[in-house]
Amino acid sequence: MRLLILGCGRVGATLANIMNKDGHDVTVIDLNSEAFDRLGSDFEGSTIVGDGTDEDVLVRAGIEEADAFAAVTNGDNRNIMAAQIAKYTFAVDKVICRIYDPIRQETYNALGLESISPTIVGAKLIKTALLNEAPRTKSAVQSIAEGRSVPLPEPQKSLSTKGATGENR
Amino acid sequence: MYIVIGGGGQVGYYLAKGLIEQGHEVLLLEKDGRRAERLAEELGETSVVRGDACEARILAEAGTSRANLVIAVTGDDEDNLVISQVAKARFHVPTTIARVNNPRNEALFRRLGIDVIISPTQSILHMIEAQLPHHTLVPLMTLTRAGLGLVELTVPPTSPAAGKTVRSLTLPNSVNLALIVRGDTNLTPTGETVILPEDHIFALVTEEGEQALRERLLNEGNGSA
Repeated sequence: MRLLILGCGRVGATLANIMNKDGHDVTVIDLNSEAFDRLGSDFEGSTIVGDGTDEDVLVRAGIEEADAFAAVTNGDNRNIMAAQIAKYTFAVDKVICRIYDPIRQETYNALGLESISPTIVGAKLIKTALLNEAPRTKSAVQSIAEGRSVPLPEPQKSLSTKGATGENR
Repeated sequence: MYIVIGGGGQVGYYLAKGLIEQGHEVLLLEKDGRRAERLAEELGETSVVRGDACEARILAEAGTSRANLVIAVTGDDEDNLVISQVAKARFHVPTTIARVNNPRNEALFRRLGIDVIISPTQSILHMIEAQLPHHTLVPLMTLTRAGLGLVELTVPPTSPAAGKTVRSLTLPNSVNLALIVRGDTNLTPTGETVILPEDHIFALVTEEGEQALRERLLNEGNGSA
């Protein structure tokens, strides 16, 4: 699929490399061209320097042909705005937005914007590891360190449902 | 009225000051500590709170759920969007007003349910356009609720409409010619009115109507350049 990633920080760059390795067509947008250094030399996707809340930049990055959009800059509000542009202006099928602030994440999930709060996910993973609640692995921490999947706690309802009900239009 | 303002820059400060003078209960939220202190000295301790208006916790502490109006006027469009959306979604504020700095964001904000959108860049641009002698279409005013704009244009000598009757232009229903100012006289246009060069035409139009007006009277194929 054609994936557009906004923000080439650690998460953005890692996601871009994983998706690229899986054979997807990946374009990464960041305000700062030096951020693309994080992608490494094996990355075969495209990079665009620019403001991801600017429609012209998004068009230049190919949002009109994109199947999916991930907003993962360090700014919650920037992600929220860019994700809503992708979803409502360009009608991208799959839009995921990273929101650190759990309250804001909950608010926007309720509004139909599929979003993930690393704060909540991280805290839950660490809790699982601390209490050794992961039944299928010897140690959850070990699995995280090795990059293997850790059994997640009950997924939140709002994360699993496909939020795009269109009721917010 | 209880009004919460997000962003204590120049706009937020003068806005708060004016609204307090008008007798409203105003709370200004400013995230920068030093700036908030200075604002509190100017506007009074009870009218300023230090905090990020994008955070639901701060909005809750500000008593946003009983606010009649939330106004987001920070320098960042994304912050203004989030303040307004959170105010509406979480605190059920009846009216939200947001400032957009990039005029392109106006349509997005409207689509996302912000009630009133203020675009200073666009307003200044229109005022400047109105002062220029070009034969262009100048948006004078937007009637948001009606989805109409009031526009003015001066008919150029080369206009394809010059010398023709209004009826023969077959303008769509989305164009409502309200007034023609010709020299010192004001005409109420009818189907028989003949359009002349240098006529000042005032019209109520939808977005689509504006496009039709540009094509039929200004011979502009593609709207604003």
